[in-house]
Amino acid sequence: MKSTTGAHTGTGSWLLQRATAVVLALALPLLTAYFLAALPLDFTGWQALFAPLWLRVSMLLSAAALALHAWVGMRDIFMDYVRHTGLRLALLLAVIVTLAASVVWLAAVLWSPT
Amino acid sequence: MPDSNRAVKPTARPVYLDLLRIHLPLAGWVSILHRVSGALLFAALPLGVWALSVSLADAAGFRRMADAFSHPLARLAAVMLVWALAHHLLAGLRHLALDVHWGLGLRRARHSSIAVLLAGGLVTLLAAWRLFA
Repeated sequence: MKSTTGAHTGTGSWLLQRATAVVLALALPLLTAYFLAALPLDFTGWQALFAPLWLRVSMLLSAAALALHAWVGMRDIFMDYVRHTGLRLALLLAVIVTLAASVVWLAAVLWSPT
Repeated sequence: MPDSNRAVKPTARPVYLDLLRIHLPLAGWVSILHRVSGALLFAALPLGVWALSVSLADAAGFRRMADAFSHPLARLAAVMLVWALAHHLLAGLRHLALDVHWGLGLRRARHSSIAVLLAGGLVTLLAAWRLFA
């Protein structure tokens, strides 16, 4: 059984944060360039930007990486500044719900039939 | 002997809680702003998904978002998010470099701190100029 206390429990989070950081550092500038190059737009043009499957897949994967990255970061912040255990747990739960809902919502938006 | 600890504790420890006396080194500023910008970006994520969902739903929603974005306050928020993203990305790259022991020396760490702060500010100014000028 995996130990829940002691050394090396933070290594996984640390690595996850770095790996997702590298993914995001590559993906976000590319996605930003893709959208900035197309501006300004009307509604039809805006919708057409999201038509390619590769774009929707990369946006969703980036959002998933962002959610994992933000989870580690927000967890670090709350572990450092929120001393009250109950409040910290409530905040961590709120972060999980916010991130999970955002990613699922984005998937629904990107794949909603229009 | 529960009192032995208290006996050796210095009575007048210097506790610098006076914000005007706390002096963060440049790398400290980069670090704390990395946290602040990260928290800002976290808060912006659900808002961004919401804005995307409204703008993609129908032409009326697109118009509503476009109108909202023409408001100066919305543009100010956008400029702030540009700063948050630019600073977080640059400070994060600096952090990754430090992880592989690049630029650990005091001089180079200070120089990279200045570079991150300036480059983030420059990107922000550029965004502000594009959105307000």
